[in-house]
Amino acid sequence: MRSRLGLWLLLTPVLLWLVLLIVLPHIDLLLMSFRGENDLGEPAWTLANYANFFSEPVYWLTFARTALYAVITTAITAMLAMPVAFYITKLARQRARGALLVLLLLPFWVSELVRVYGWMILLRESGVLNHFMLALGLVHKPVEMLYNDASMIMGLVYTSMLFMVVPLVSVMDSLDDSLIEAAHDLGAHKRAIWRTIIIPHCKPGLVSGSIIVFMLTLGNYLTPNLMGGKNSLWFTEQIYNQFIASFNWNQGAAFGFLLLLLSSLMIWLGLKLTRQKLGEVAS
Amino acid sequence: MIRSLPTSRGYDWAFQAFIILYFIFLFAPLVVTCVLAFNDSNFPSLPWNGFSLDWFLSAGPARVGIFHDSQTLRALWTSFKTAFFVSIFSVAVGTCASLLFEEEQFRFKELLYFLMLAPLVIPGVILGISLLLTANTAGVFLEESMEWDFALFRPSFWLVVMGQFSFITTFVTLVVSARLRKFDRSLEEAALNLGANRFQVIRHITLRYLRPSIIGAAAVAFLMSFENFNTTIFLVGSEPTLPVTLYLQVRDGSTPMINAVSLLLIVGTSCLALANLYFGRKGK
Repeated sequence: MRSRLGLWLLLTPVLLWLVLLIVLPHIDLLLMSFRGENDLGEPAWTLANYANFFSEPVYWLTFARTALYAVITTAITAMLAMPVAFYITKLARQRARGALLVLLLLPFWVSELVRVYGWMILLRESGVLNHFMLALGLVHKPVEMLYNDASMIMGLVYTSMLFMVVPLVSVMDSLDDSLIEAAHDLGAHKRAIWRTIIIPHCKPGLVSGSIIVFMLTLGNYLTPNLMGGKNSLWFTEQIYNQFIASFNWNQGAAFGFLLLLLSSLMIWLGLKLTRQKLGEVAS
Repeated sequence: MIRSLPTSRGYDWAFQAFIILYFIFLFAPLVVTCVLAFNDSNFPSLPWNGFSLDWFLSAGPARVGIFHDSQTLRALWTSFKTAFFVSIFSVAVGTCASLLFEEEQFRFKELLYFLMLAPLVIPGVILGISLLLTANTAGVFLEESMEWDFALFRPSFWLVVMGQFSFITTFVTLVVSARLRKFDRSLEEAALNLGANRFQVIRHITLRYLRPSIIGAAAVAFLMSFENFNTTIFLVGSEPTLPVTLYLQVRDGSTPMINAVSLLLIVGTSCLALANLYFGRKGK
């Protein structure tokens, strides 16, 4: 019924975008990660870039640490976002709801750099919090609250909060209040209601939020770099160092591919465990 | 538990306190940044030394305000240009993609749809490095085989635009598709029955219906491009965008001038985001 011309007019730009900017670059990334030099200094196919990763503890430790901290960040974000989403959808007055939602969204339109910078001037040794704590006599000399793992995780939670709250608000919105009322009338306690009604209902939102937060945290460069300490290396920093500082693109490509593999694996696992499809999570 | 059920006072109080603390957590860094932009001090920290507009207006040399700092202004301009082109390109291709996925049937549609979603789950850093590698490969190939030297394939303005375009288009596609799904197909059929051709239908019916979501998607694309760092950092050439410039300034020690820039960014993006929200509501 429809013309093939119309189809091709739509298909061409989309294909160009996906093939040139998504498919080819990632094939190239994979190929580059297997390139190296042989003993004579000539370019050759090699597994050396991956061997380096496993033989150098700094690399795989950073990798494991990044994965673990991304999981922790995702868990903390979910635990903070659940009550917030519940308050907005179920407890706040109808008129306050819209305003609260707008307030919730606004900080995230501001550049991540500005938000991280705000935390830096709050937390650092000469920062605003220390100033007040000194003035109130809570501490006698300034405490360095920045540049450690805790501040880094807090920064990561802050950065990715929105991507957890928004899906949770939308799934909680669809939860019928009468289910909770019925459970309450039948004598269920708050904890039972959360465990058997609210959390199971929110699972799709929870999964899509977790996937996005996990991916964003894993691939974050700015926050760990500026808020983490000298010892809290993030894997993206290793990639950056290989590319920009050492100019060892093949090694960097291997690292990049490993990170991509890790994030795809975790996302696939998350989708499998909850029996969802990527398409459902995205929309 | 919920509004219609009785709760204890303590529970209500604890919940409200939690929500208030949460919003303080959300806004504290932004508020502090804005307030310190007006502090008459050479460092972005307390004590409060009085109100001053130096970090906006001062011409230097002791203090340089944002309006006299050519490096930051140039980066701001670069960010504007980047965001402008990224929104134009991603809206054009994203609208095509959503029409394609919602209205057309073809082989390998599933596969293509999956590829379209892929940028959602590829970390920005990886998109940046893979594009850098490919551009370099393409540049080297063209130079060796045809002795053409394309500046485009080295880290540059257009490479940044391409990098941001590659994943922002996905978001545009999802926003426009969501609206397209609510579209009443019988309108198109009626127009076709009345003798309109396919292009007239798309132009006068479908695109007109999609206009609010296209404008909204363009605003989202603009904001996303404006604040992007992870992908941009690998592709940036001699024209750094604002986040990259600010990153270097923050890392190497900062003056309250950065607070002034941040304040302008906060005000600017909030206005755009609010306008988007307002018109988005009206469009529905």
